[in-house]
This record gives sequence, C-alpha cells and structure tokens, in this order.
Amino acid sequence: MRAMIQLHRQFWFWPLLLIAGLWLALLALPPLAGVKAVYLDTDKLIFLLVSGVLLLAGYIRSREHLRGPWQHIFRQRRAMIALVVLLFFIVCGLLDSVHFRKPLPSQGVTQQRYSVKVLSLLDILLDDMRRNVEKTYSAPLATHLFAKETVTLENGDVERRYVRLKYGGRDLTDPASQKWPNIRDLATRGVVVGAIIWLVLSAGLTAIFARRQRQPVAVMAKRVYRGDTDIPWRSIYLSLLLMLILLAVLLTLSTEYHVLGTDKVGQDVLYQSIKSIRTGLVIGTLTTLVMLPFAIVLGVMAGYFRSWVDDVIQYLYTTLSSIPGVLLIAAAILSIQVYIANHPALFETALDRADLRLLALCVILGITSWTTLCRLLRGETLKLREMEYIQAATALGVGQFTILGRHVLPNVMHIVLIIVVLDFSSLVLAEAVLSYIGVGVDPSTLSWGNMINGARLELARDPVVWWSLVAAFCLMFSLVLAANLFADAVRDAFDPRLREQG
Amino acid sequence: MFAYIIRRVLYAIPILIGVNLLTFALFFVVNSPEDMARMHLGEKRVTEQAIEKWKQNRGYDKPLLYNVQAEGVQVLTDTIFFTKSVRLFVLDFGSADDGRNIGQDILQRMWPSLAIAIPVFIVGLLVNITFALLLAFFRATYIDIWGVIGCVILMSISTLFYIIGGQYLIGKTLQLVPISGYDFGLNSFKFLVLPVLVGIIGGIGAGTRWYRTIFLEEINRDYVRTARAKGLSELRVLFRHVLKNAMIPILTGAVVVIPLLFMGSLLTESFFAIPGLGAYTIEAIQAQDFAIVRAMVFLGSVMYIVGLVLTDISYTLVDPRIRLN
Repeated sequence: MRAMIQLHRQFWFWPLLLIAGLWLALLALPPLAGVKAVYLDTDKLIFLLVSGVLLLAGYIRSREHLRGPWQHIFRQRRAMIALVVLLFFIVCGLLDSVHFRKPLPSQGVTQQRYSVKVLSLLDILLDDMRRNVEKTYSAPLATHLFAKETVTLENGDVERRYVRLKYGGRDLTDPASQKWPNIRDLATRGVVVGAIIWLVLSAGLTAIFARRQRQPVAVMAKRVYRGDTDIPWRSIYLSLLLMLILLAVLLTLSTEYHVLGTDKVGQDVLYQSIKSIRTGLVIGTLTTLVMLPFAIVLGVMAGYFRSWVDDVIQYLYTTLSSIPGVLLIAAAILSIQVYIANHPALFETALDRADLRLLALCVILGITSWTTLCRLLRGETLKLREMEYIQAATALGVGQFTILGRHVLPNVMHIVLIIVVLDFSSLVLAEAVLSYIGVGVDPSTLSWGNMINGARLELARDPVVWWSLVAAFCLMFSLVLAANLFADAVRDAFDPRLREQG
Repeated sequence: MFAYIIRRVLYAIPILIGVNLLTFALFFVVNSPEDMARMHLGEKRVTEQAIEKWKQNRGYDKPLLYNVQAEGVQVLTDTIFFTKSVRLFVLDFGSADDGRNIGQDILQRMWPSLAIAIPVFIVGLLVNITFALLLAFFRATYIDIWGVIGCVILMSISTLFYIIGGQYLIGKTLQLVPISGYDFGLNSFKFLVLPVLVGIIGGIGAGTRWYRTIFLEEINRDYVRTARAKGLSELRVLFRHVLKNAMIPILTGAVVVIPLLFMGSLLTESFFAIPGLGAYTIEAIQAQDFAIVRAMVFLGSVMYIVGLVLTDISYTLVDPRIRLN
C-alpha cells in the first residue's frame, strides 16, 4: 500500500500518465469523432519523440545536478522569449501531425467510405484559409485579382479589368470605401480576442505559481509586474501577449481576407506557410532522432575501445564526411526517386509517397550530419577514459559496458544536447536549399523551400509578386532565429568551458 | 615532410575506395540500371528494346561486378563496376547523358566557379576576421553583445534570401549590375560583383561569430595576460599576440575548404546563371544525369582529402612547434 502511495513521487509517473493519455487520445478520439485516423510514419516518430522528451523532462526534474543548467537557461530573458516563440511553432507542428480522413456521405447500405483527402487538426482550425481558393494571384488583403482579366460583359462587349475575388472581402458592396474600416474592425476584434485569451492564460499561470510558492496571488502578480522573479515572467508574458494578439489578428482577418495574398493557383499563402511549419520541424527534429543512436554508440565506442574498433569507426566517418553533403543527399534522393517511381503500388495515397520521401530525406540528412557529433563524442570519450573515476571503476572490475553506460555516457550527454539544438536551425535552413535544388521534400509537400522555389520566378514580373517570398521568409526567419537564440543559451549553460569566459 | 605527405596520400586511398563503393552501391545496386532506364524513359509504357538501347548508349548493358561471358582479364574489366567506378581513379569520368565528355566539361567550367569562389573566400575571410577582432576588442560591452546578436540574426537568414534579396535590390531596383549571366575575360567583372558581394555578406554572420569565439579563447590565455602586464596596448596585444596564435584554429577551418572552392557554389551559380561547376552539378541533379553526379561526388571527396593534407602542411608553416613525421 505504501509503495502505491509513493508511486506518484517517481519521476516517470507524471510523464508516463501524460504519454498514456496522449496515445489513448490519438487512438480513441478519431473513431469517436467518426473519422478514420491516418498515422503517417513521420507522425508516429513525432509522437514517439514527444513521449521521449516528456520522460526525459521528468527525469531531469527529479535530479538536482541535471536541473542546474536548465535553471540557468530558464533565467535568461532572451532564451525564454525564444522558447515562447518556439512553443507556438511546436504547437502548430503537433496539430498538423494528427491526420485523419473525413467520412463521405454514406450511400445506403454499403460500408462507411472515407474521403481520399487526408486532413490534419490544423486544417480544421484553418478551414477558411484552406477552402477559400481564388483563381490566381491576389495581393495581401486584396479584394480584386492581381492582374487584369478579359471579361465578356452581359451586352457582349469584351473588357479588361480587375475581377473581384470570390472570397477576399466578399461581404463588401463597395470595396474601395469599406475595405479599410472593415479590416480595422476585424483587427480590433482580433486584438481583443487575443488579449482576453492572454488574460485568462496569464492569470491562470500566475495563480498556479502563487500556490506553488505559497504566496497570495496579488503578491505574485505584483512581483511579476515588477520583474522581481527568478524566471523572467514579465518578458514571457509580454511575448506571449504579442504572439497571441498576432495570431488572433491573423485568424480573424483571414476569415474574410487573404492576409498574405494568394499564389499562382489561388491558394492562400498564409495557409501554405503555416502548413510548412510541420515540414521544417520534422526535418529539424527527426533527422537528429535518426542519427543520434549511430553517433552516440559509434562515437563512444571508438573513443573507449580504441584499437581496431576506433580505426574502423574513424574510417567510416572520414569516408562519409569526405563526400560533399549536398551531393551525397542528391545521390541518395535520386535513388529514392527511382525507387518510388518504380514501385507505385506500395503507396496508398499521394501523401504516403510524400511522407516516405520526407522520412528518407531525414534519414539521409542524418547520415550526412552524424559525423560531426561522432567525432566530438570520440574526442570527449578519449579524454574521459583516462579519468581517475573510470580507471577506478575498471580496477574494481566493473564490466566495460556498464562503465560505458553508467560513467561515460552520462558525461558526454551535454555535447549531444548542444549539437542537437545547434543542428536544428541549420537543418531547417538546409531543407529550403535542398528543396530549391530539387532534392528536398516532395514537390507536393508544403514547405518553405517549395514556396520560395515557386515564387522565385515571379520576382521578374512587374509589378512584383512578393508575398509568397516574404511569408516564407518571415516564418522561416522567426523559427530559425528563435531556435538559434535558444541554442546559444543551451550551449552557454552546458558547455562549462564557454561559461567560464562569460 | 615528404614522407608524411606520401603517407597521407596512401591513407587517402582506402577512403576513396570507400566513397567509390558507396556511390556504386547507391547508383547501381539500390536501383538497377533497368530501373533508371525506366524512370528516364517514362515508367510504365516502355518497350524492352528502348530500355536495352538506353542502357547500351550509356554502357550500362554490362554485368555489375563479374562478366561470365568475357575472357581473361575482361571478366573483371568488362563490367559496370570497372568501367564506371574504377575508372574514376584515373580521373576518367566518362560521358554524360548528352554524350559530352565530363572531364572536358569540368575543365572548362571550373574557371567561372573559381572566379567567384576565390574572391568570396579571401575577402570574406578578411572581413570576418576584422569584424571578429573588433568584437573581441570590445568584448563584454554592448557593442559586443549586439554584435553577436546581429551575427545570430544574419545566420538565421537563408542563403536563398541573400541571393534573391541581392538580385532584387541591386540588380532590379537599383539596376547597377545585370541580374544574372556571364561573360568571359574582363567583361565578366560586372557579372561577378553581385554574386561575390552576396557570398561575402551571406557568410558574415557565421564567420564573425566563429572567429570571435576563437579570439576569445586565446584572449584568456596566460601569455596574453603577460603581454598586457608588460604594458602593451590592447591593440598591439590583439594584433601581435592573439591574432598570430589564433592562426592555427583559423587555418583548420579555412584551408580545408580551399580545394573545394573550385567545385563552386550550387546556389549562387544557379541563381546567377554562371556556367560553373556548381551550376553543372545542379543541372545534372535536375536532369537526373547520374554520370555527372557520380563524377562530382568522387571529385568532391578527392578535394576534401587534398584539403586535409593541405591543412596539416599549413600548420607547420604557422606553428614551428608542429613537425610532421
């Protein structure tokens, strides 16, 4: 009985409860909602990763010495603001990773059929944007198409003029005079909604922290207001407010307008750039997930066992790193393309095919990028194995693999973490470049690289179609910048050599 | 030293064999030449003859590793592995899908690549080191902090946007130089300015930050304190002592890339329509011309290994303590 009561004190208790809840929801909710769940390979890996991160977070919380560096990070204002921004991206990516197929209207007695179109939760949230497809280009917040079109009038005359959009500002009778007041009204509504959500959220959070620190809520709120807290809550709340207002304004405006215009086939650019978040995140995170086991096992083994093991592993990574990365990726992706082209039967939907290519890209990027980490881990292990505590363990007759697992591995994990966080942003950037070259994600996958690629030639038009590029730039830039700033904080906190200088 | 270089070159051979086997596996084992032919010719409705002809044209109609029908040495030499992969070692790259000789093409196209890569490399290095020294001089002040944040911001912008932005701003709006294109001889200058400029600016963020860390690492050493204690001015300390001692880590990063310079930059060349090796590679990738990609992969790894040897040699030049033997 006592053991039962103590159970919730174990570090894995709450994370496991959360993970179990998450998986149960993923398995049970789609049938309840009457849709057919679709679990793509990348979806599975993403939720595996989320579960892993939750468990790890629980473990770190329970260990004093592991908590230290993280507390150092949480006290830095810049890192926390970056984290708030990153959180918004992560939530978008996660919502976009829950896929399902909607039921088709049933025709009589036959069994329930499902639409071939795979949607995600994010699609449901952005339903307006997804469906309001115009004919072709339209500028941000426009009410008319971007270029003049030849229209046949009722009396048979032919005229060239700007055609009204189907959805952009559709309720306006006189766009010229009503558009801006209408936009102002919508934006104001967005600001108010955003502020209300923020108020509820921040009040709730403050109340929780007040309870935890056993202080009256008013005192806690005053401390936050004055910036008198260890963790820079004031900055966190402020950035949260800004992000929420931005999001709410974008969403309210997009019910009646195309906030960032439409592209060549009339798709909403804002929708495309938000959907691209998942692609970027998948490439940034799954790549490291794929490469980590190899890099850690091989790197630590090379450093610890020396002799022929070291030679073989060194040969392996020198060979791989001697091939220019882009070319190796290109070669591998070309091979995959041939494979996909010759085995059309393997894939049920186009999304399956695109997903395989995305996963393949992650694996290949992982293969080209594990060498750096492997080399670093080898070097660190070489240093560690000469340390006295490891020699003591050897002298005491501790098994070699136990030494590796208990004494070496925990002491190189900070390098792993630093590299993982640092690699993230360069991987997101790499995706765009690779997609541009034509060896990135599938052309049907929405990604920033594909958006740039599609929009690039339109710069030559006059007047310029700039919005696709600007949208891709803004989202990619904010994700990468936030990731870079956060990564810097992580490196400062975990790399003792650098912290001394700070 | 000579013996050392010989040994390094010998050491490079197994690596090149590894690269060779890897590309061979990627291009011929994972997907048979038959698969490639099918894809090139348009998947389903392809006749056997068309495939055979495609393979014959490119010399892919031989067995992979071992030719049973041939006699003598030809058992091994009259195979895809020998004709397509082993021949790379003597820099015989064969011919591309359109029948042109790849070796010839490479010789011709390396000059435009070098014309861009060398100025970007040299000027970029100087600019980055200058900025880094500046930040190191003002270390732990607001100039330094904001400088580093500026670097992070510059690093967070994709190369694609530097190129597109440069083309749009300088080429289209200001109309100072042509947006893209290339000409040989002195005429090429006006075409080269913009790509070089974009290349330098695109590298400032990462470069400056990297060199700044190197300088800061040196600045905390004992000899620097001694130099300051002697009463040397901070500028003198930086240039005479820190810069000289930081040369080793700087060289590690810089010399390795020198041989790779001639491979050109994929993005820059393709955006600015410069007929260099980078554009060549991209065209090959987009046309799925496997012969060229294979040649460039091999060439790239040769250059990388040359870079490693050069790095070692350059160490002896800047640091008399290091002897290669």
